[in-house]
Amino acid sequence: MSAVPGALRGSRPRGRVRGLLFQAFLLFSLGIGIATLGALLVQVVVKGWRDVDAVLLFEPPSADPAIAGAEPAIIATIYLGLLLIALTVPIGVGTAIYLEEYANRDRWYNRLLEVNIQNLAAVPSIVYGILGLAFLVRGLGLGRVLLAGAMILTLLVLPTVIIAAREAIRAVPGSIRDGAYALGATKWQVVWRQVLPAATPGIATGSILALSRGLGETAPLLLVGALTYVSFNPTLLGDFTALPVQIYQYIARPQDEFRVVAAAAIIVLLAIILTLNSVAIWLRNRYQRKW
Amino acid sequence: MATRELSVGAPRLRAARRRWGEDVIKGVLALCALVSVATTVGIVVALFLPAIEFFREVSLRDYLTGTQWAALFDPPSFGVLPLVVGTLSVTFWACVVCAPFGLGAAIYLSEYAHDRARSILKPALEVLAGIPTVVYGYFALTFVTPRLQELGLPVGPFSALSAALVMGVMLIPTVASISEDAMSAVPRDLRAGAYALGSTRLQVATRIVVPAAISGIVASFVLAISRAIGETMIVLIAAGGQPSLTFNPLQAVQTMTAFIAATAQGDVATGTTAYKTIFAVGATLFVMTLVMNLVSIRLVRRFREVYE
Repeated sequence: MSAVPGALRGSRPRGRVRGLLFQAFLLFSLGIGIATLGALLVQVVVKGWRDVDAVLLFEPPSADPAIAGAEPAIIATIYLGLLLIALTVPIGVGTAIYLEEYANRDRWYNRLLEVNIQNLAAVPSIVYGILGLAFLVRGLGLGRVLLAGAMILTLLVLPTVIIAAREAIRAVPGSIRDGAYALGATKWQVVWRQVLPAATPGIATGSILALSRGLGETAPLLLVGALTYVSFNPTLLGDFTALPVQIYQYIARPQDEFRVVAAAAIIVLLAIILTLNSVAIWLRNRYQRKW
Repeated sequence: MATRELSVGAPRLRAARRRWGEDVIKGVLALCALVSVATTVGIVVALFLPAIEFFREVSLRDYLTGTQWAALFDPPSFGVLPLVVGTLSVTFWACVVCAPFGLGAAIYLSEYAHDRARSILKPALEVLAGIPTVVYGYFALTFVTPRLQELGLPVGPFSALSAALVMGVMLIPTVASISEDAMSAVPRDLRAGAYALGSTRLQVATRIVVPAAISGIVASFVLAISRAIGETMIVLIAAGGQPSLTFNPLQAVQTMTAFIAATAQGDVATGTTAYKTIFAVGATLFVMTLVMNLVSIRLVRRFREVYE
């Protein structure tokens, strides 16, 4: 909007002052978020960086803050991340392909499906925890195990992946599909060999962002029983904890020394999450194509 | 359009034989889509079956109008109002932060920022949105609460205000990104017309762009309210664990989400009334956010239809 030539700008001083005040308010609005982000990072790093050490990374939790680590939680978070990607990407991309390439929009059930996914994206995460508690832990009798946690996180981030994958698929121009059809390709050949490769950067970005969101979730895991005290490394069908749950557990302890351990564990969690987010943003900027 | 013309001219272009593989693939993809439907059905069943059982033991009227929540005590009392009021109080103060500042950020990004500034500011907001809520809870407890105390406010170690302020900042990116989408969808012509009539930038932003994008802006507020109602970790860590019927933000409150999280951790025996409260409160929470979400989805669709 900077196309307004300087000479034409309003010259009345009152309007000018108002305009400047308004712009100051707008900058302040943005500044408040960025300042909070800065304060948060400084607070966590100052409090916890000395405790990011071999004890934190390679020792189990303990009642003694000096030797309290988070190894089982870190390993469980890595397992959860791998399971999350393996479960979310196929189901999410499959749903997106169905909605974009196969579904007839005029059918009521397809429209309902769309609204349903949009709503699921905004259902509170703790409700997913209740779902897991009722069906996976008690109903199926899986118990409070890592796999149940991974399945609940999958359902939680699935809408995000679907919405991102749909946008990526929609951005692929129709002319590419028409060209492939004209050469005699079947529908699936068009989707698999033309549309999906062209949409891959967008899908990858969305999936990585969803992964980073899933790994930071705490509340639903509390409900499917991520135990807050696990002193051994997790297995698929065994008791588990996760890094955010471990952090919560350290925050909730009364002694101030544990706040330091919590801050150190937060540094590890933020390192994982900010790395994932940077990769996603980098991918988007690097491979984003305007057709 | 093109395909229709083709089929009129050449009806024999239809596939010579049916390709079963293609049908199987379509079926598999539809199955993937069914996972989302099953999730919703599962949520409804998981919440409402135990909730109905709960309401056989506790009357709906006592639940909705009772002013004392002491589910795990003896004798128990199941008036949900303190939890609802605690939730609404935190939500209100969070919105006082996120609505004006989220909108301000959106106006700046859409109407004022140069491309380079935008390319730095937008990722920064995305990082803000990506911080795990447990970390925000830690920040509220160990940074914001002490600062509030330094300001002379009579807050204890836990307060609704501290949690709400941090939650509000957390929601700024939510409001900003949806509002900015709506503002970018406003056609350039409208702005150009206003400038041609001698409007200032401020006038164009506040009298042209904001009104034209209002349904998207309201949608972003509604979504922020829904997320504030459903947020768990910040309130669990920083707002306290004591249900109290008060709108005073300086006091500690327990929200619906915090109650669910605290109770479920405590390993309450299955089948007891206390166990069923998790589901009754969860159902209340789900209904409240569902209404918000549907309103928001409706509004977003409206601005998409008008300008795209």
